[in-house]
Amino acid sequence: MNAGAGNSLQQRATRVAAIAAQFADNVDTQARFPREAISAMKAEHLLGIQIPADLGGEAAQVEQIAEICSIIGQSCAASAMIFAMHHIKLSSLVEHGQSAQWHRAFMRRVAAEQLLLASATTEGGIGGDLRNSICAIEIDGDVCRLEKNATVISYGTEADAILITSRSGAEAASSDQVMTVFVKDQYTLEKTNGWDTLGMRGTCSEGFVFRGAGSTEQILPHPFAEIAAQSMLAMAHLLWSALWYGIAVDAVTRAQSFVRAAAKRAPGVQQPGALRVAEASNMLQMLKSEIVACLNTYRHAKDDSDKLASMGFAITMNNLKVGASQSILQIINHAMLVCGIMGYKNGTPYSLGRHLRDANSAQLMVSNERILGNTATMLLIHKQNTSLLG
Amino acid sequence: MNEAIRELLAKVGGLPVAVEQISDEEDLYNAGLSSFASVQLMLGIEDRFDIEFSDQFLNRKSFASIKAIERTVEAILKNNEDA
Repeated sequence: MNAGAGNSLQQRATRVAAIAAQFADNVDTQARFPREAISAMKAEHLLGIQIPADLGGEAAQVEQIAEICSIIGQSCAASAMIFAMHHIKLSSLVEHGQSAQWHRAFMRRVAAEQLLLASATTEGGIGGDLRNSICAIEIDGDVCRLEKNATVISYGTEADAILITSRSGAEAASSDQVMTVFVKDQYTLEKTNGWDTLGMRGTCSEGFVFRGAGSTEQILPHPFAEIAAQSMLAMAHLLWSALWYGIAVDAVTRAQSFVRAAAKRAPGVQQPGALRVAEASNMLQMLKSEIVACLNTYRHAKDDSDKLASMGFAITMNNLKVGASQSILQIINHAMLVCGIMGYKNGTPYSLGRHLRDANSAQLMVSNERILGNTATMLLIHKQNTSLLG
Repeated sequence: MNEAIRELLAKVGGLPVAVEQISDEEDLYNAGLSSFASVQLMLGIEDRFDIEFSDQFLNRKSFASIKAIERTVEAILKNNEDA
C-alpha cells in the first residue's frame, strides 16, 4: 500500500478510506485515536503533500486536500477531521513560514518523517475565541517558554508537534498573538479534560496544561492575526466543509441503497423513501456547489493579500461554514427518514447514528453562534455584492 | 482629520490604553482594537465624513493605524471628488 509511481492522490486517499472504514465503528465506540487510518495516511505519504516540492512535499493545492477530506470523511469522519486539522496547521507553515530557516527545515521533516501536527488555540478563560490569548510567550535570549491551559488539543498525545497560540509577550494586548511550533520532545502535557462526547469521538480532543520550551526561531515570523485572517480560517472552513460533505454523501449513498434494495424486492411499486432520496440529492448538490465555489474563491484570492484580508472574503468563508454545518444535518436526517429503523439501529448496512452524531459537531466546532455574530458585525458596514457572477 | 479620528477611536475603540498614548503609526489591533470595535469605528467615520467604504477598503490594512485610517479616508474623499 506504499505510495508508488502512478498513484494519484485520489487513489492513495481511497486506500486510506478503505482502512478507516474498517475501524470507524470501533474508533467511535471506544472513543480512541484512529491509529490504523493515520498510519495509512503516513504510509501513503499524505501528511506532507501540501509542502512545496523543494522541501520534499508535493505542493498539493487546497482543492486536492479538500477532495481527500471528502473521500476519508465518507468512511470515518474522525480520521478525516484529524487529516483536515493537520493540514490546516500545515497551511500556516506553508503560507507564513517559508521565509524562516527553522520552519523550512521543519517542513522538510514533516514531509520526510510524516509528522502529525496538532493545534492548541483554545484556552481556559477565553473559550473558543481563538483571536485572544491570556497566556504569553516568555522570551529569554534565544529561548522561548510557554505554559498554556489549553482546554482542547485534539489528538494532543498522539501528535508529533503542536502549533500553539499565545500573546507575543508579557506586555502584549490579548489580541497581539503569535503562533509557535513546539516538537514533541520540547513539551509536556498534563491532562485536564477527557473526551467522552456525542460524536467525533476519535479526535480525542482532550484538554491539557501545555508546558513547552524551545528556540525563539520556532515562533512563526508573522503575527497570528495575519495567519488567521489570510489562511487558517479559510483553510479550516473549506476543509471542514469538505469532510462534512463526505459524511453527508455517505448517508445519502446508504439511503439510496436502501430504496434501491426495496425497489428490487417489490418491482413496480413506488418506494415511500424515494422522494426523500431525491430531496437529499438536491441538498447535496447545493452543498457541493457551494464548497466548490468557495474553493475557487480562495484559490483566486490566495495571491492577493488585500482580497484575503477583505470583509467580503471573510463573510463568504463564514457563510460556507455556517451553511455547510447546517445543511449536512438536514441531509442526514432525510437519509434517516428513508432508512427508518434500519438507519436508527447500529450495525446495519444502513446505520446512520454515527453520521448524525459526528455531523452534530459541525455547528459547534467554532460555534455557529459566534460566527454568525461576527458576520452580523461585518454586515453593519459591508455592502452586499448584488451581482450573480461577480 | 487626525483629531476627528482620535475622538471617534476614544469613543468607540474600547482600547485598554488612552488614545493620547497611541502614536499615529501604531498598530491598533495590537493595541487591542477588536473586530467589533473596528466596525463601530468604520461606521463612525462613514457618518462623520459622509463617505462609504467600498469592499476594497474594508480590510485590516485600511484600519491598521490612525495614519492608515487617514490615508483611507483621504483616498475615498479624493475618489468622490474625481467622480
